[in-house]
Amino acid sequence: MNTEHAHGDSHGSAANDHGHGDHGHGDHGHGHGHEMSFIRRYVFSEDHKVIGLQFMFSGLIFFIIGGLLALAIRWQMAWPWSSVPILSRTLWADYGSRIPPEVYTKLFTMHGTIMIFFVIIPLLNGAFGNFLIPLMIGARDMAFPKLNMFSYWVMWPGFIIISYSFLVGAPAAGWTSYPTLANTPWSDPGSQFGQTLWLLALLCVGISSLMGSVNYMTTIIMLRAPGMKMFRLPMTVWAMFITATLQAFALPVLTSALIMQLLDRVVGTNFFTPYDWSVANGPSGVGGGIPLMWQHLFWFYSHPAVYIMILPAMGMVSDIISTFSRKPIFGYKPMVFAIAGIAGLGFIVWGHHMFQTGMNPALGATFMLSTMMIALPSAIKTFNWLGTMWGGRIHYTTPMLNAMAFVSMFVIGGLSGIFMAATPVDIHIHDTYFIVAHIHYVLFGGSMFGIFGAIHYWFPKMFGKMMNDKLGKIHFFLSFIAFNGTFFVMHIVGLHGQPRRYADYTGFDYLNNPGIIGMNQFMTYSAIMLGAAQLLLIYNFISSLIAGPKAETNPWHANTLEWTAPSPPPHYNFETIPTVYNAPYEYSLPGLDKDYLPQTERLSPELAAATAHLGHG
Amino acid sequence: MSHAATIPTGLIAATAQAEPRKAPPPSPGKVAMWLFLATEVMFFTGLIGSYIVLRAGSPKFAYANLYSPGTVAEKIPTAIKNDPKLKQYTWPQPYDSATNPLSINLTAVNTFILICSSLTMVLALSAIQRGDQKNLTKWLAATVIIGSVFLSVQVFEYHELMYGRHYPVGISATGHFRPSVSLFASCFFTMTGFHGAHVTGGVILLSCILIQSLRGTYTKDHHSSVELAGLYWHFVDLVWIILFTVVYLV
Repeated sequence: MNTEHAHGDSHGSAANDHGHGDHGHGDHGHGHGHEMSFIRRYVFSEDHKVIGLQFMFSGLIFFIIGGLLALAIRWQMAWPWSSVPILSRTLWADYGSRIPPEVYTKLFTMHGTIMIFFVIIPLLNGAFGNFLIPLMIGARDMAFPKLNMFSYWVMWPGFIIISYSFLVGAPAAGWTSYPTLANTPWSDPGSQFGQTLWLLALLCVGISSLMGSVNYMTTIIMLRAPGMKMFRLPMTVWAMFITATLQAFALPVLTSALIMQLLDRVVGTNFFTPYDWSVANGPSGVGGGIPLMWQHLFWFYSHPAVYIMILPAMGMVSDIISTFSRKPIFGYKPMVFAIAGIAGLGFIVWGHHMFQTGMNPALGATFMLSTMMIALPSAIKTFNWLGTMWGGRIHYTTPMLNAMAFVSMFVIGGLSGIFMAATPVDIHIHDTYFIVAHIHYVLFGGSMFGIFGAIHYWFPKMFGKMMNDKLGKIHFFLSFIAFNGTFFVMHIVGLHGQPRRYADYTGFDYLNNPGIIGMNQFMTYSAIMLGAAQLLLIYNFISSLIAGPKAETNPWHANTLEWTAPSPPPHYNFETIPTVYNAPYEYSLPGLDKDYLPQTERLSPELAAATAHLGHG
Repeated sequence: MSHAATIPTGLIAATAQAEPRKAPPPSPGKVAMWLFLATEVMFFTGLIGSYIVLRAGSPKFAYANLYSPGTVAEKIPTAIKNDPKLKQYTWPQPYDSATNPLSINLTAVNTFILICSSLTMVLALSAIQRGDQKNLTKWLAATVIIGSVFLSVQVFEYHELMYGRHYPVGISATGHFRPSVSLFASCFFTMTGFHGAHVTGGVILLSCILIQSLRGTYTKDHHSSVELAGLYWHFVDLVWIILFTVVYLV
């Protein structure tokens, strides 16, 4: 990357800098695509689109693994200690054909770890961030293509380590890895070498995310096409930009915490071990550290991380909803500021995960208030999505259905979050299935449906083929019903006091009754249906990839720049760098012969004057 | 631009005939380097913040001249408790050889050495900004050498602490100062160790740039790598000044 690759548009003076910016973009990427070998083009590729797809395929593979782990968990919940199909006869034959209790702990630990760090974050940021950002801002590639390639391949040590940890006794301290349980090699039968591997795997993922976020921010700041002012960016790009800042500022703190725990386990440092500690009557250690400090450091990252896992989906859903409502997004700038507000508040609310740690009530109240404040920008977003759909001519396509599911499920997940934010209520529902319901409503009902929507929406651009809409709809309805069957009931058993992370709740008298057990069985049946429904997605994905009808350049009649590039776009994305004249959501503009106005098309002066009061541009 | 108004009129007269002066837009490399440094700030904030919290949470009896770190209050023998020579601290005191093994004098010299390397880095950049390749090479080489000297002193310090010397009981139960012997040792080795790793990275980076400069790669108009490496190097220096203050001096 040479320094003279200066982009002219950072001050928004598009017209003056047009030629200059165009020239700058032409300097790299363009024309290198011909003589590259297969490996350079598809494996160690520097093309942001290929890297995005690599992230997507690895994320989806881990999605299957994480889902199977979830089914094993659900099996134990529905029929405690009964034999599990296949696994009992193979893996656990020596344990009386049941799930050994410490293996149950490993199951939920690995389910959470894989779904969060190896599925949702790589899919949202790695896959869609990579694929969409340069296309949507009108750039030929990321600012640093090599760094981008590296940020994918540094995931691979993580993939290998986390998979290998299954073989050596997987980590079992929960996805939160709290000391003192996680700190010592022998405190838990499962947290021996596996826990160390967990830390190493997360370090790899963290390095990948850090490099990605620096790259995304630089790209969005520097490489926008002429005329692409910041407030002409599609919501997806805004969301990716703010997510990248979250990652850049929160993740290094987790990195330092991971390193401290790693040193505690490997070198014997004393960061998270209390004074005079000993395990299982072993010799006492020096200690002197603060176990609780891990929770502060961990949640300082991991609370912003829950926004890292939802904001990109919010951005993509905004694009999908606007396109299929054939209406401009309602309140574009408030939507941007709401994302920024959520992200900003996200930094000062981590203590709400720690209400039960004996924290000073005054501090608890502070965290409670700041957490409840997040409801405001979240509500702005929700109402603006509804406002976008209101009075629109809604096309009920598969992406739109998934996006609508995102909005409705996010409302449920968001509202149950407010329950937990209130300290008095949290005392009752902390560490129960209520919080399991909450996180799954946000992360599956929210992020995953957002991802489903985005896959169906951008599939034509990614592969140049259309997905089967009917199969997509069946997949959507089955997933939606099964999802609610699985997770809504968790609210009820949670309020009733069923604790999470327990291998067997039937030991409690108040839970050992047909009602609770029946609900658990119902959840498990629904979960199996949810898992089975994903086979439809896989089938639709693969069959469309092979035999789907050819996609045109702009199959959804959308406005944003990626739809002006061919499907699939060539390595250099655009024949000539597009010039942007409009805001991204100019749908159904009166006086126009079609109901959309691509960002690259200039309005005639008369029409522009006539519609100026609509505030476009 | 607004800052044009503050420039003395003579300067404006000299440049007015050329195109209007406008700060050149920052290059992507520079933007990315500043963002990367921001993430580094957060990383060291994690470490230094933890250090502050751990130190603030350390109890009154944590370090003493007569018993080893990690001894809980109940386990201190009565004879030692009643010993008039007993001195207890929440944290090892600077210049107190009974609880603190660190040599402030040695590290003060080393800190001065590292700060000198920032000066040579500035001289290197200013040389190439004037197009002076010879001086660029000279000052880059000086920076690499001074950085290596800093690292060597740090390695010597580590060696003395971990293997070379035998320390009294107030510093370590085993007589050696190693990461596991006390919370202070854990913090010291982690923080200075990660800083040392950053310096090592910087020395390697600057060595690569030195090789490029020997080949004459950099010119008056093309030397962004030198500038970016300089930014990183100054950052690492700054971190050291903070670490030296909070770990050694306070």
